[in-house]
Amino acid sequence: MKTKISISTFALYGTLVLLALAYLLPAYLTLTTALKLPADISLPHSWELPPTVNRTSFSEAFNLLRPNIVNSIILTICATFFSTVLGSLNGYVFSKWKFPGSELFFTLFLFGMFIPYQVILIPLFQTLRAMNLYGGLPGLILAHVVYGLPITSLIFRNFYAQIPDSLMESASLDGAGFFYTYTNIIFPLSIPGFVVTSLWQFTQVWNEFLWGICLTRHSSNPITVGLAQLAGGQAVSWNLPMAGSILAALPVLLIYIVLGKYFIRGLLAGSVKE
Amino acid sequence: MHNKDRIKAFFTLLPSIILIGIFVYGFIGNTFWISLTDWGGVAALAENPVRNYAGLTNYIDLFTGFLGGGFRQDLVNAVFYSVLLLAGAIGIGMFLAILLDSKPRGEAFFRTVFLYPMSLSFIVSGTIWRWMLAPQGGVNILPEYVGLKPLTFRWLSSTGTILEFNWQNLLQLALYLISFFLIIAGLRWIKHNPNRALKWLLPGIALGGFAWLGGDLLPKALFMEETHGFNTATFGIIAATVWQYSGYTMALYLAGFTGISQDLRDAAMLDGATNTDYYRHIALPMVRPITISAVIILSHISLKMFDLIFAMTGPDNGQTGHPALNMYLTTFRANDFARGAAIAIILFLIAATFIIPYMISSYRQRRAGK
Repeated sequence: MKTKISISTFALYGTLVLLALAYLLPAYLTLTTALKLPADISLPHSWELPPTVNRTSFSEAFNLLRPNIVNSIILTICATFFSTVLGSLNGYVFSKWKFPGSELFFTLFLFGMFIPYQVILIPLFQTLRAMNLYGGLPGLILAHVVYGLPITSLIFRNFYAQIPDSLMESASLDGAGFFYTYTNIIFPLSIPGFVVTSLWQFTQVWNEFLWGICLTRHSSNPITVGLAQLAGGQAVSWNLPMAGSILAALPVLLIYIVLGKYFIRGLLAGSVKE
Repeated sequence: MHNKDRIKAFFTLLPSIILIGIFVYGFIGNTFWISLTDWGGVAALAENPVRNYAGLTNYIDLFTGFLGGGFRQDLVNAVFYSVLLLAGAIGIGMFLAILLDSKPRGEAFFRTVFLYPMSLSFIVSGTIWRWMLAPQGGVNILPEYVGLKPLTFRWLSSTGTILEFNWQNLLQLALYLISFFLIIAGLRWIKHNPNRALKWLLPGIALGGFAWLGGDLLPKALFMEETHGFNTATFGIIAATVWQYSGYTMALYLAGFTGISQDLRDAAMLDGATNTDYYRHIALPMVRPITISAVIILSHISLKMFDLIFAMTGPDNGQTGHPALNMYLTTFRANDFARGAAIAIILFLIAATFIIPYMISSYRQRRAGK
C-alpha cells in the first residue's frame, strides 16, 4: 500500500515537473537568445546558454520600440479608464436598476463580446475616417472603449449582484437617489471590481493587434504593431525580436505574476456563467 | 421619486446602448450591405466611392468561383484549426486541472507556469514560436539532448496536405458528416432508450446510404476538380495556440472542480469509487457548463485568429492561410472592400451558429433566475 502511494505521487510530480519544463521552454529560449551576441546565435546551438552575456539588445530594442511603447501606454491608460468607468455605471444599472427589457439589452451587449471583429472592421474604418479620427490614437481609444463595454459591464454586473439588495433598500428609505447611492454606497465597495476590470482591460488593450494595424498610421502604431515590424524583417538578427518580445510582454506578465488572483477573476468572469 | 431615479438609470445606460447599437449591430448590418455590392478597385477609397448592388456575387465567387480557391483552402484550414485547438486545449487543460486538483505541493507555482502564456499577446507568442519552430533548431533539435535523432519536420513551411478531399463533392461530404453525427447520437441512446436511438439511427443511416449511393447525382459545388485538405504547415500554429490556451481551460476547470463540495468527493470515495470513477461520473459531468463555455470561447478565438498567424508566418503565406487574414489582405491590401466584407460575414455567420444558442440559453437562465 505504501509503495503504491509513493509510485503514484512520484508519477504525479514527475508529470507536473515535465509539463512545467515544457511550458517554460519558450520563455527560456527567448531569454537566452535575447542575451546572446548576434554572432553567437545559430540554429544548432539555439538552446545553449550565451557564451558572453550581451545586455545591449534590450536597450537597442527599447530605442527602436520607444515610440510604440509610448503610444501603447497612452492608449491603454485612456481606453482602460473610460471603458472601466462606463462599465461600472452600466453594471450598476443592469444589476440594481433593472427595467423591463434590461436583461434583453444586457444579452445584446454581451453578443458584442463574441463577434469576430473582422465583421465590424470596414464600417469602423469608414466611420473613423469620416470623423477624422482615422490614423491616430483617439480613434483607436474610441474603438477599445466601445468594444470593451460588453466585458466591463458583465464583470461589474456580476460583481454588484453580490451586494445585497437590502443595502439598496435602506439607502432608498433614507432618501438616497440613483447617483447618491452610487457614489456613497456602491462605488466605495467597488474597488475589487475596478481592479479586476481594469487589469483585464489593460491586458486586452495592450495585447491587441488587429485594430492597431488597420486603424493607425505608422507614428501612432502600438507596441504589438511595432514588434511585428521589428520581428517581420527577414534579415533581422533574432536577439532583437526576442528582447522586443520581452519588453512587450513585461507589463502584462508583471500584472499576471503580482496580481494573478485578480487577473484570473477577470478571466473567469468572461467565461463562466454566474 | 423612485420613477425619477428609474429615468436617471435608463439615461445612464443610454449612451452605451447607442454606442453598442451603432458599433455592433449597425456595423454588422453595414458590412452585410457592403458584401452585397461591388465596392472595390482603384477608386475604392475615394470620397464617394462607386458602389453598385451586386447581389450574392461575392459569396458565389468565394465558394464556387475560379479565383476563390485560396479562400476555400483558408476556410478548410480554419475548420481543422478549430477542431484541433478545441481538442488540444480542452484535453490538455482538463488533464492539467485534474493533476492540480489533487492539491500537490507547489500547486500555485504550477498553476502560474501553466497559465502565464495566456497573458501574452499573440504577437509576442508568435514571434517566440517562429524561433522555436525554425527548421534546423528549436524544437526540432531537442531530441538530440536525450540522444535521439533530430526532427526534420518543417513546422511552418511544409507543403504537405493530408486528409484531402475534392471540393466538388462538398454536398456529399456534408451529408456524410450529418449522418455521422446522427448515428453517434443514436448510439449514445441505444443502451438506455432503444426507441429513441432508432429515431436518430434510421435517418442517419438513410442519409449516409443516400450520400454513398446517390453521391454522383448531387450537384457539384465546382465546375472543376479542386482538392483541399489539412495543410501540415498549420501544425506549428496549432501547437503554439494550444500552448497559449491550455492553461486557460485549466483555470476554468480548476474553478469548476473547486466548486464541487469535498463532501461529495468523500462520499464517492467511501462508496469505493476510484479517482477515475470520480472524475468520469461525478466531476466532469458537473462541470459540463464549463466545457460549453470553453468550446464557445476557443472556437471564437480560432475563428478570428489573425495576430498569431501574422507573427508566425507572415500574412501572405498560402499554406497557413486563414479567412481572418484573407479578409485583411483582400480589404486593406487589395482594396476589394466588398469581397472582404463577404469573408467577414461568412466568419460572423459561423461564429453566430455557436454563439446565438449560447446567448439565448444564458438569457433564459437569467430570466428564470430572477
